[in-house]
Amino acid sequence: MAEKMTGAEMVIQALTDQGVEHIFGYPGGAALPIYDAMFQQDFVKHILVRHEQGATHMAEGYARSTGKPGVVLVTSGPGATNAVTGLTDALMDSIPLVCITAQVPTTLIGTDAFQECDTVGITRSCTKHNYLVKSVDDLPRILHEAFLIATTGRPGPVVIDIPKDVQFAVGEYFKPDAETLRHQSYRPQLDGDLKAIEAAVDLMLKAERPIFYTGGGVINAGPEASEHLRELAELTGFPVTSTLMGLGAFPASNPQWMGMLGMHGTYEANMAMHDCDVMINIGARFDDRITGRIDAFSPNSKKIHVDIDPSSINKVVQVHVPIIGDCGRVLEEMIRIWRSRTNQPRTEAIGPWWKQIDKWRAVGSLNFKNSDTVIKPQWAIQRLYEATRKQSREVFITTEVGQHQMWAAQHFHFDKPNHWMTSGGLGTMGYGLPAAVGVQVAHPDALVIDIAGEASVQMTMQELSTAVQYRLPVKIFILNNERMGMVRQWQDLLHGSRYAHSYSESLPDFVKLAEAYGGKGIRCENPAELDAAIAEMLDHDGPVLFDVIVEKDENCLPMIPSGKPHNEIILPDTANIGSIIDEKGRQLV
Amino acid sequence: MNAHLQPTGSAYFLTQETQQTERHTLSVLVDNEPGILARVVGLFSARGYNIESLTVSETEHDKRLSRITVVVIATPKVLVQIKLQLERLVPVHRVHDLTAEGASLERELALIKVRGSGEHRAETLRLADAFRAQIVDATVESFVFEVTGKPGKIDSFINLMMPLGLVEVVRTGLAAIARGPEGM
Repeated sequence: MAEKMTGAEMVIQALTDQGVEHIFGYPGGAALPIYDAMFQQDFVKHILVRHEQGATHMAEGYARSTGKPGVVLVTSGPGATNAVTGLTDALMDSIPLVCITAQVPTTLIGTDAFQECDTVGITRSCTKHNYLVKSVDDLPRILHEAFLIATTGRPGPVVIDIPKDVQFAVGEYFKPDAETLRHQSYRPQLDGDLKAIEAAVDLMLKAERPIFYTGGGVINAGPEASEHLRELAELTGFPVTSTLMGLGAFPASNPQWMGMLGMHGTYEANMAMHDCDVMINIGARFDDRITGRIDAFSPNSKKIHVDIDPSSINKVVQVHVPIIGDCGRVLEEMIRIWRSRTNQPRTEAIGPWWKQIDKWRAVGSLNFKNSDTVIKPQWAIQRLYEATRKQSREVFITTEVGQHQMWAAQHFHFDKPNHWMTSGGLGTMGYGLPAAVGVQVAHPDALVIDIAGEASVQMTMQELSTAVQYRLPVKIFILNNERMGMVRQWQDLLHGSRYAHSYSESLPDFVKLAEAYGGKGIRCENPAELDAAIAEMLDHDGPVLFDVIVEKDENCLPMIPSGKPHNEIILPDTANIGSIIDEKGRQLV
Repeated sequence: MNAHLQPTGSAYFLTQETQQTERHTLSVLVDNEPGILARVVGLFSARGYNIESLTVSETEHDKRLSRITVVVIATPKVLVQIKLQLERLVPVHRVHDLTAEGASLERELALIKVRGSGEHRAETLRLADAFRAQIVDATVESFVFEVTGKPGKIDSFINLMMPLGLVEVVRTGLAAIARGPEGM
């Protein structure tokens, strides 16, 4: 049923029909018609940010914590270019995002008009797809198509560039329906090939040293996929590890949980990946932070790879049983086929493997030397975790990028998906604060904490103003070591400890800064006072900046340095080396 | 400044390429929408794949489909990635590797300007005849020849014209189609 309306009204109507309740944006000349149309309705609520990058990260946090697409509205020129970082971040981490950028009128395109830029050209390689709407007649189809593309197959960001004259023009709007939802060339494959799934289950039935290697794909496939993963793990009795992006899909409290794997993953997870004979990859992409040196990556294992993106298969590592499909559906099939072949978990059959895993666990690779005089960052995160467990509210964690991000992944434990938001693929410093704001918008009654570093948090600090404006009580937990810790660690390892620009000079007084924005500031240096300060932060009804002064030169371990295979891992001094059979791990730092 | 004397270390590992590169002709069926060529070319440049030649034109006007024929030089592993990355683009319908799929026909057109007199001029005419080239422009001191054929044939003709007064060459790039009754 078509209805006559302006392009700007079509945008708002399409958002309403797609069920979008919140959008994050910043106005500008070219976007005024859309803002005007939005002002005259109540369903779509706009969150005014302070920088367009903040809008994109807020939309990402919103999307990852709800499973719905995040929506961004920015103006032309600098509005669009400021959004590029967030769009690239969403592309790397497969987050569904629809970003509407306004554009100068079609007659002015190409004339170097005021606030004009080649948005489609600039965002072509950092989006899943993008559109320049040249006529209002194309607008409804493009709007609905954009949501389809952003949310199906491998999710990703889609940009719609709408010139101002198209926003003013009148055309016919139609609602999304089955016809518009069928695209002629874009057809993602959701159901895995049955023969391949059977071959995979055959391998799993005979495996003696199996392991599940799960990733962000399980989260993207929805909460049912995480349920299926749990069920399959229970049916099989196999150990489960996860990438940074997949944390929460499998409960950390489950005894089959091995901890995160990869460059800063646990010893047991990495050793198990190296020594396994059947590796079942569900929704992960063999990222280089996970594999380390490719030619030495799990050399003797048969690899099964479940992924919805065909180009991810055999991109980095050759696999034996590729299965293209949605993780949730493939897991469901695996469960059905497994049940038809056996009714016992193979926990006993793989007994020797579990014994070996327990030996690796006994090494205690996440242990660290605690202190009475200075707050250790790992301990700060452990105390934060303990405090959140006592909360009756839902707890969501976002992070910035660096050592604190790795410590958060190691020492904070997740039992449910969609509660952990971090920038994995692109590693964008400044992601966490706006992402926390976005999560809080989606979950107004929850406890949302951004675990941050003092260098990262300054990159998008201005969004604290957004939090105060909309009464979003986000908690920014800053692990302040006055260093760009991860960079400093690499400079230690590779560049003879020549610390070029890896320190934070002229830091603001974070307590005064929080108060200047209208929030609350807390500082803590004394380990004995930490628990009380954390309680103060959690109890405060409003946004909080908590400056935790931590040990300055703590290294993030364990670590697999680049160029090394999984089993040449650097362990902390406190690791129980005596219980390992071969002692290669004992290196420097 | 002694970075070159120290062992290489980086936050990424550096591996050597062991496979040999091959020359493949890909035929890509796409929606004829504005910017589609920029999308395909942008993909190649973003991922560092080599394009040896590229032609594009509309093939089915009412369905608004275009066909891009691109010749790439890559290792087999990269070739698989090129094909899959192209298929991942939303407006791309299908990608066929004509070289891998076997029998295919390849043709190219070239316009070749040659300038000379006397014996050189006569020789160019004799060679043009042998290559079945058409004369599409003639003056007392120059010719422009139109040659169609396999790229190798055009390469040979150009090489022969070089000592005879070759002025300039314009080539269209490769158009290719699979043999047999099946379409894309």
